[in-house]
Amino acid sequence: MSTEILHGHAEVVSEAHGEHHEGHHHEESFISKYVFSMDHKMIARQFLITGIIWAIIGGLFSVLFRLQLGYPDMSLPFLEDIFGRWAQGGRITPEFYYALVTMHGTILVFFVLTAGLSGTFANLLIPLQVGARDMASPFLNMLSYWFFFLASVIMFASLFIQTGPAAGGWTIYPPLSALGQASDGSKLGMDFWLISMAMFIVSSLLGGLNYITTILNMRTRGMSMTRLPLTIWAIFFTAVLGVLSFPVLLSGAILLLFDRNLGTSFYLSDIVVKGEILPNEGGSAILFQHLFWFLGHPEVYIILLPAMGMVSEVLSVNSRKPIFGYLAMVGSLFAIAILAFLVWAHHMFVTGLNPFLGAFFVLLTLLIAIPSAIKVFNWLTTLWRGNIRFTPAMLFAIGFVSLFISGGLTGIFLGNSTLDIHLHDTYFVVAHFHIVMGVASFFGMFAGVYHWFPKLYSRYLNNTMAYIHFWITLAGAYLIFWPMHYEGLAGMPRRYVDYSSWESFKMFADLNRFISTVAMIVFAAQLMFVFNFFYSIFKGRRLRTENPWGSNTLEWTTPIHPGHGNWPGEIPEVHRWPYDYGKDGREFIPQTEPIGKDESAHH
Amino acid sequence: MAELTNDQSRRIHPYKFTLWVAMGSITMMFAGLTSAYIVKRNQANWAMLELPVIFWYSTAAILLSSVMLYLGVKAFKERRLSRYRTLISLTTLLGTLFLILQVIGFYQFGKQDIKLVGAGSNPSYSFLLAIASLHGLHVLGGVIALLVLFGKALSTKYRNYSSIPIEVAATYWHFVGLLWVYLILFFNWMR
Repeated sequence: MSTEILHGHAEVVSEAHGEHHEGHHHEESFISKYVFSMDHKMIARQFLITGIIWAIIGGLFSVLFRLQLGYPDMSLPFLEDIFGRWAQGGRITPEFYYALVTMHGTILVFFVLTAGLSGTFANLLIPLQVGARDMASPFLNMLSYWFFFLASVIMFASLFIQTGPAAGGWTIYPPLSALGQASDGSKLGMDFWLISMAMFIVSSLLGGLNYITTILNMRTRGMSMTRLPLTIWAIFFTAVLGVLSFPVLLSGAILLLFDRNLGTSFYLSDIVVKGEILPNEGGSAILFQHLFWFLGHPEVYIILLPAMGMVSEVLSVNSRKPIFGYLAMVGSLFAIAILAFLVWAHHMFVTGLNPFLGAFFVLLTLLIAIPSAIKVFNWLTTLWRGNIRFTPAMLFAIGFVSLFISGGLTGIFLGNSTLDIHLHDTYFVVAHFHIVMGVASFFGMFAGVYHWFPKLYSRYLNNTMAYIHFWITLAGAYLIFWPMHYEGLAGMPRRYVDYSSWESFKMFADLNRFISTVAMIVFAAQLMFVFNFFYSIFKGRRLRTENPWGSNTLEWTTPIHPGHGNWPGEIPEVHRWPYDYGKDGREFIPQTEPIGKDESAHH
Repeated sequence: MAELTNDQSRRIHPYKFTLWVAMGSITMMFAGLTSAYIVKRNQANWAMLELPVIFWYSTAAILLSSVMLYLGVKAFKERRLSRYRTLISLTTLLGTLFLILQVIGFYQFGKQDIKLVGAGSNPSYSFLLAIASLHGLHVLGGVIALLVLFGKALSTKYRNYSSIPIEVAATYWHFVGLLWVYLILFFNWMR
């Protein structure tokens, strides 16, 4: 079995559903099929490919600023050829550096790991795994993608403005972001950023409404909530977090737009810019941080939870074992979703927050360790003595667990306000959130792409390239971010363009060069993945069986080329939970199979 | 396309459910704004709000429109279509009146030399403007939905007896009305 899946000569052609193909076949124009499609599977592909394009741009930006950090005294004339005065004399200017960092954060947090991840897999998996023809409202779902597209166009356009894109950090703290005269990056680029994010929030809300309604209302017969795959549970909590927290960011952004364009003073007070005294009085910059982080922290889990859900599914399928502690997994997702709303001020320990108030946020932050530890324990016990198949998806899922542990442990350091005051503005924070939120979520996303690619495109990705991709990315992630912990503990501050003239941190010059070199190699490996992705859409090995991974969930009961409506006949009925692997001597028992007479009790 | 099994028909209609989630989302936005207002109010340099009386007239208008719509939905369900048409157009007119009264209210601040935006403005009045105009946008959305329904009710080509669209619109309309009642009470208590 396992060798068939890994090296692929599975010729188990299933013709059972082939003859029903014509059932939902009706002529669709190119526009309604590929562009303004209301089919959730097509919308998922649109989200994924848009996300991939953004990931290339966001990743490229990190390569550019890593070039500067690794080789601060370089002079690369080709940079000046491309970027003009942004890279005068072949060196990245401080303004350009900050713009790059800002856009890198914005693009990867919102456009790739929120829209690209949730948008893709919520759209693909919710109707397929709960047993629905489509989303509750396919039209709103289509609008959700096109608002995202609009947001993308505006953000992309902001890269080409003369004064450059937004450059106040992805958190766009006022007063810097509110005052155009303060820096080039706070001029037109910031307005574009805010408008683009407003469109993005609309897109997320429309999507989230649909996800929640579909999960709660459109499940097929027999699909009770406790029979849902963990992917769906994770996406459900993600959507709830998004629907409740994005509106708060929107209100913060609207007030910022008022301050920028109408001369109000929500966030501004007693400011002098370039010798000019501003008339604004009575505002509070900290107010913005509260509004921002009330979204900003749930946003971390909006990014991470879908990855956790997919990893749970992939680990169970490829261990050929039931997930360990299904209800504990659901409960810990719930606990994380609740706690996500109660910890936002741990991003603000160094803003002069009252230390007594901080103590509560320290306690609540450290509480997150409990559900996180439950999840890690359950993943490891799912793997324990499993009959593991090391498919590329499985490798990425295991990699996710590894990264989540490494990055999660440093979260315990940072959750303590006393330690955070020392570490907050150093590379320690950069290392922490890149591992636990950035790379880990990317690993979850890659696990999802490798696992469900056959459902998306009816072909497989190339395995050789997949294994190379995995090992370079895993080793690279640790080689890039592990040393940053040491730099941070030594006090090396983040957000600086050049450390070479700084006596205390000169000793890290070689280390920085090493990190930059690895970053470029890892970026090249991602380009190879992108090549593999697009090549395999057209030339990949064909899928010849409906259920290539021997999986229990409903999406693998659809035809190899599912039409709009997913199932040619009736929607299948569900009789059991999705994790009956290795039960009663059988390798797997699909959810659609009724409970047998002499079947042993539910695990 | 969606096949409603017996099981599903007993559940709440997906569109209605979507609306409830959306209303939760909108509530979060205004909760965020009013919390920001409370935080700001406890800091230095806060001017006490003085609301012109016209905002109470607009409150009356939007409450009355809700009553009209309530009766309109009832008329629709009883298949009394001409009564429904009258009531829904009254609702739309009252909703529009609400918006007009709000705008006039904000112009009155100008006459009293209270600045809402720009140099010399106090965040308290800016908050009022920002929150009330965001609420106004939500009302405008409701008015547009009502206009669409009104157009459908006039059409002789299509007869639609499903009460789902009108019920969804009505729930939303009552929601934005209640939201305004919350806001004006909030602005009066938290001056």
